[in-house]
Amino acid sequence: MAESGIQNSKFKIQDSKPGKIHSPFFIALWLSLLFLPFKGIKAASILFVSLLLLLFIFRAFSGYAKILMDKLNAMRESIIERFKAVYAGSEASGMIAYSLLFVFLFAIPFFAKDYFIDVLILAGIYIILAQGLNIVVGFAGLLNLGFVAFYAIGAYSYALLNTKLGIGFWPALPLSLALVTLSGFVLAVPALRLKGDYLAIVTLGFGEIVRLVFNNWDSLTKGPNGIGGIEPPHLFEMHVSRLSHYYYFILFFVVLTVFIIRRVKASRIGRAWLAIREDEIAAASIGINTISYKLYAFAFGAFWAGLAGVLFAAKMQFVSPESFTFMESVLILCMVILGGLGSIPGIILGSVILVMLPEMLREVQLYRMIALGSGLVLLMIFRPQGIFGGKSVSSGG
Amino acid sequence: MLPIYTYLIFSVLKPLLFLLKSSVFVQQVINGLTVGGVYALIALGYTMVYGILELINFAHGEIYMLGAYLGIIFLGFFTAIGLTSFSLPLSLFLAFILSIIFCSSYGYTMEKIAYKPLRNAPRLSPLISAIGVSIFLQNYVMLTQGATDKVFPHIVENAGLEIGGVSVTYIQLFIITVSVLMMLSLHIFITRTRMGKAMRAVAQDKTMASLVGINIDTVISVTFVIGSGLAAVAGLMVASYYGLVNYSIGYIAGIKAFTAAVLGGIGSIPGAMFGGIFLGLIESLSAAYISPEYKDAYAFIILIIILLIKPSGLFGKSQEEKV
Repeated sequence: MAESGIQNSKFKIQDSKPGKIHSPFFIALWLSLLFLPFKGIKAASILFVSLLLLLFIFRAFSGYAKILMDKLNAMRESIIERFKAVYAGSEASGMIAYSLLFVFLFAIPFFAKDYFIDVLILAGIYIILAQGLNIVVGFAGLLNLGFVAFYAIGAYSYALLNTKLGIGFWPALPLSLALVTLSGFVLAVPALRLKGDYLAIVTLGFGEIVRLVFNNWDSLTKGPNGIGGIEPPHLFEMHVSRLSHYYYFILFFVVLTVFIIRRVKASRIGRAWLAIREDEIAAASIGINTISYKLYAFAFGAFWAGLAGVLFAAKMQFVSPESFTFMESVLILCMVILGGLGSIPGIILGSVILVMLPEMLREVQLYRMIALGSGLVLLMIFRPQGIFGGKSVSSGG
Repeated sequence: MLPIYTYLIFSVLKPLLFLLKSSVFVQQVINGLTVGGVYALIALGYTMVYGILELINFAHGEIYMLGAYLGIIFLGFFTAIGLTSFSLPLSLFLAFILSIIFCSSYGYTMEKIAYKPLRNAPRLSPLISAIGVSIFLQNYVMLTQGATDKVFPHIVENAGLEIGGVSVTYIQLFIITVSVLMMLSLHIFITRTRMGKAMRAVAQDKTMASLVGINIDTVISVTFVIGSGLAAVAGLMVASYYGLVNYSIGYIAGIKAFTAAVLGGIGSIPGAMFGGIFLGLIESLSAAYISPEYKDAYAFIILIIILLIKPSGLFGKSQEEKV
């Protein structure tokens, strides 16, 4: 991504004309005409009228909207500045805020409904996943569109170790993680010869191949039927299977993940990653071995995806290839981008939002994917750096 | 020495000769050419957009899916108003033209809404935006047309020729002919017309092209319109070939067509044509001789191998990294 940044500044092309402003009438007519064959005249005319109204309202209030946006943005900045200060622990109130947060997180199972705890557990798994992807995309700047492959390998290796060989959660955990990290290396060694979009496509291909293998290797993985009867984890001679217990279990791993990734980001390796992301050639010229650091990023990211996979398999007690589609990779990427590339607290927020939102929108479930798609486009146009991202790429939280 | 070589070559070629004689092989080649022609048509859209914007237009596969759906919708409409019983070729022709027009408009609109505001954004932004458009279009079709498979109206006879145990349906012949015609006309357009020249100029150097008075926005719009039109043709032909259409066909076809484009060297138009046909052949042959279950995986495996051996593709020029 570094070289594209340079290219962009070199090839900044001005529009030959200032963009023509189409009339709302024309835009609404055009879009409804496009819609016409899919749902008939009645729906298209409804769409036309509503689009027209919407565009007129938008045009009438666009002056106010700008002021409102600026106000909101200022508010957001100040909140985030405050949050960042607390997060960095530079304020005395930081410790208090942290302890309050922990008390709150700890107390949730005492008053929340089971359903809500279930959603939170899922959010925790996604936080770990998104933090893992953040290492690859956000820190090292390598776009990985097949991240779900590592999630799948983690989940399946625990499932297989447990159901075929009868290995319990704790011995299986390091084994699965070693396997996933190894697979991260295996993918990274050839893939890292490629750059940018090509890398993205090769990782996408890897993700699909992994899913297809799990889907077709009937004798081992039972194909599309999936593997059931996976044991939940043991802790002090007792099964962690009750929701509230599992909630604490996941909470522990999330805190561990965030803590370790924060430390790694601040370390020599983390700074090398950021340098590679900003400008690979410059990084190489000051003596960073870019190939091996990219390798570490891939393997380290894969490690966390594997952890999330193991936790997922242990929680669901069932895995099937259906859970590991390309859409899942996209969803994780959305969490990272919504939160702000490279920003650890941002990504926690991004994951929680993207897990909670569909649950809250259950009534309009059919429309949520449409909302996700258009939301992505709008996010890229109006706020490509995400919620927590700074003005420049380099100033992630 | 010579006899040993001849013996070796002969022993290697003998099973291959047997392959060529067997009707299964020829049958698979014809099936492969059919699918390959379709891949090539979609791959052209990818390669043209990439050549000009350096953007992987993820939503291109969805345009192909829209083309298939629009064909079914228009043919259904023509059947309802009685045009198909009046003249089948006319209604087929109209359905083709209408889906091309609609798909091109979708492509044009997509570029204006989702990519144009991001033209100077970092590389990741338009790619994510394209993924967003792809998700949007898939679910848009699912919501308006239903999640179940759509059946292509059975108006075209599934007849064909039978030569020595190899059957070629008329639809297959039609697909191969139309693909070749489309590719030829695109080639003539790119090499012989003023607009084609402008497109090549923009692909080489946007700044220089705009300095000599080429309207970049128009060129980009034309690229999207042509690419989407080709995808619409591909979609309609596939719908009539397989007879079933689903809202999710765009994704896998898009990935395969992209593989084809990369195979031939992305940005290169002859490369995309060759890559598409090559991929179609490999896919149908390996499905027949190795294992059909992994049919979708071969495309990815080939893609990865090609990228590792020659990242610039078979026809592409390797680019120097600029500081």
